[in-house]
Formats: sequence, structure tokens, C-alpha cells
Amino acid sequence: MTKSDGFKLLGTAASPFVNRVQFVLNLKSIEYEYIVENLACKSELLLTSNPVYQKVPVLIHANKPPIPESLVIIEYLDEMYPDVHPILPSNPLDRAENRFWASYIDNKFFPLFEELRKTPDKEEKEAIKKQIIEGSQLLEEAFVKVSKGKDYFGGDDAGYLDVVLGCFLAWVKFVEKRNEFNIIDEVRTPKLKKWVNRIWSHEAFKDVFPGSETLMNLFMMLQTHKPPRKI
Amino acid sequence: MGDELKLYTVRGSPFVCRVEIALKLKRINYQIIQEDLKNKSSDLLNFNPVHKQVPVLLHNGKSISESLVIVEYIDDVWNAFPILPHHPYQKSVARFWAKFIDSTCIPALFKVFGTNGAEQAIAEACEKLQILENELNVKGNKFFGGDNINFIDIAANVIAYWLGMLEEGTEIRFFTKEKFPKLHEWADNFVKVETVKEVLPPRIIPPKAQLLAVFKQRFGNS
Repeated sequence: MTKSDGFKLLGTAASPFVNRVQFVLNLKSIEYEYIVENLACKSELLLTSNPVYQKVPVLIHANKPPIPESLVIIEYLDEMYPDVHPILPSNPLDRAENRFWASYIDNKFFPLFEELRKTPDKEEKEAIKKQIIEGSQLLEEAFVKVSKGKDYFGGDDAGYLDVVLGCFLAWVKFVEKRNEFNIIDEVRTPKLKKWVNRIWSHEAFKDVFPGSETLMNLFMMLQTHKPPRKI
Repeated sequence: MGDELKLYTVRGSPFVCRVEIALKLKRINYQIIQEDLKNKSSDLLNFNPVHKQVPVLLHNGKSISESLVIVEYIDDVWNAFPILPHHPYQKSVARFWAKFIDSTCIPALFKVFGTNGAEQAIAEACEKLQILENELNVKGNKFFGGDNINFIDIAANVIAYWLGMLEEGTEIRFFTKEKFPKLHEWADNFVKVETVKEVLPPRIIPPKAQLLAVFKQRFGNS
């Protein structure tokens, strides 16, 4: 079943936040036109659709004003198409638990990766790596609690946190390799490790994940435009 | 048989206040459990092990943390006086602005005090406030929520009440009536709303040195 309701998505391949929206559009079998943005030279459309942040993703739906911010877009899509592959659970307590972890991932966990990139000092880098590892243990506990023993955070199939955290997996792999440490591994985070493999091969996710070359390009752009701090 | 609601608080917290506004708007009864942040209760550590912070809402034994997550939860469970709009698009607009206020605007404001009024920090904070000023100008309503307060107004409570106190305490002023007339008008209206008045803490301004030290530690140069 496909829908063609005039959706346009402004994005770039390497952005995990754009990937989130793509995962949800795929899970709900919604067709959309994908408009690639060059973040080094932002289009008029992007600047006018998201004047506050000037960032991707932005969802443009039919004749309505555009919607930026990945988590806001996800909830919008879920409320517009509640009957096709619900993303958030229906129980208010479970919804609150999902939103709580999304806030943790976006405000505490993922910023550590950028902090790691920007920190030049070796000792400080090790301290941040330790924080990332502690974060991954918290997420392992979150998985146990939220999945209630099933294969995904969302239960039998992918849901909100699978999308919210799953979008970062390509970056996690990139950072692990570059910094020579394991963030998700069989010993410390066994359930997450199994979950990672499931997400990589999931229908809605597998064609969306950016390749290492795409990530390297974005990484180099960040190194240039937002360089690491001087020692 | 009724709902058992406990709210873990500290005096003077704007984040706790957000939750209290939501509860009062919907006329929900709740018990306040005041915490001492220097000596956190085992309950608080148990119910919010990730952040170990207030507010935490305990509803029939289940805990919910993060002020805006709690407010959305309250809105999900109790239907009286909706805090978020009904239509998905309007809801997304409300969530967008609440997030802008919470994740971008407020940290920019706190950074001003954290850097003891650094010029760059003031410029950035004013830029964020201007975005809100423009939004109020364009919509032309009493509140971000229209005739009544909604999710966005609740998220912006820091600007309505705490910002002025911080300016007075630190003697760093940038949120002026001349620069931000609409926001000042909104703030005056916000603090006069009955349910808001009921839960705003008294105007207690800590000494300048203490304020600057706290903000430097938490919101100084990142």
C-alpha cells in the first residue's frame, strides 16, 4: 500500500535526523519526493522553510507550511497516519517513556559524539569515550525496559526509539572505527548488539543508511566548518 | 478510588513550575514532595536514575521525568483544558516552538549569565528572543496559544518570570522592554493568569556572586 499525499523531504544522506524521517516514511509506506540539500550552500527553499534553524530535515506536506525538527515530524506523521504501522505506543505512560529516552539520546548521548570530535586533548577524549560507554549501558537498560522482552524497542516491529536511536548506527560504526573503541558490544550491551543487527537488515532501514564514504564527506565538512578546538 | 499523584519538587524551579501549571489547569489534585538537591531522597534517585533531577511525577506508582515530557503526559491522560492543540499540524507547530524555547532559547539565555554577560552570548540570546518577539508580532495574540496559554507559553515560563529575576540579581540586562515590547506584554499577561499565579514561587533573588558562580559552573563556556 502506498500513499502519494504530496510529501517532500528536504535532506542530506549523511544526516541521521533526515534518516529518521525516511525510516518513518518507509515504515508507513508513504511516498515522498526527496530533495537533496547541499549544506555548504543552502537552497532558498531550505532557508525559507526553516528560517529558525536553517537545518534539515524539513517535511513539506501538500499546501501546509513546512515542518522542521525530526522528532516533531515523526509525531506529525504518526498522528496523520495512526492506522499504518503506529510509531509511538498508544498508552500515555509508554509514550512518556519513549519521549524521555528520545530526549536523553538527543540532548545527552549523541552530543557526546560531537564533543569527542571537537576535543583535541587525548586524556579528555578518553573521558568522553568513557561517558559514551556509560551512555550505551543506560541504553541497554532502556532497551530491556521498553522492548518488554521483544526484538525491538517498539515490540514486535520497529517503533519510535528504533527510529530515534537506529538513525545513529552508521555514525556509531564510523566513530567506533575512527576512535578504536566499541560503543555497542556483545559483552556490555548484548541486547543492543542483537538489535543493531536487526535494524541493519530491516526493510525500512537498510536502503537508507549512508555508506562510509558519505559519512566521511560529512565528517570532513564538519572538520572544516566546525573544526576541533585548539589545545 | 482516585488517582494518586506525587510531584517531586524543589522551591523556585521553573521546570517544576511548568508541571504545576499543567496540573492546576486541569484541576488535578497532587501531593508535593519537596527535595533537597544537596541531599536527594532515595525515592528521587530511584524514580529518575538517569538524571537524578526534579521534576518527577509519580502517577499511581509510575514515574515520569523531564518537565515537557511530563506536561505532554498530563495532556495525554486528562482531557480538560487541552494544553496541546488537537489538529496534528497545529500540534507540530506547538511542539516546534516549545522545543526551540527549551533546547535553544533558554540555554542561550543561561549562557549570558554563565559568561558574566559576554557580548557574544548577549548577541546570541537577543537573536533567539527576537525570533519569539517576531512570532508574537506576526500572530498578534495575547499568548503563544492564542486567547489562552498552551504548551508553548508553559515552556516559555522561564522568560516570563525567571529571566527578569536573573537580570536583577546579576545586574546583566538585555531583555529590555524597548527591544522586546511584545514579549514583555506577553510576560505581564502570563504571570497574571490565575493558574500561573497560584504556582509561581515568591520572587527571591539570590546574591549576585552566588548566582554568577552557579551559572558559570553549569552554563559557562562549553
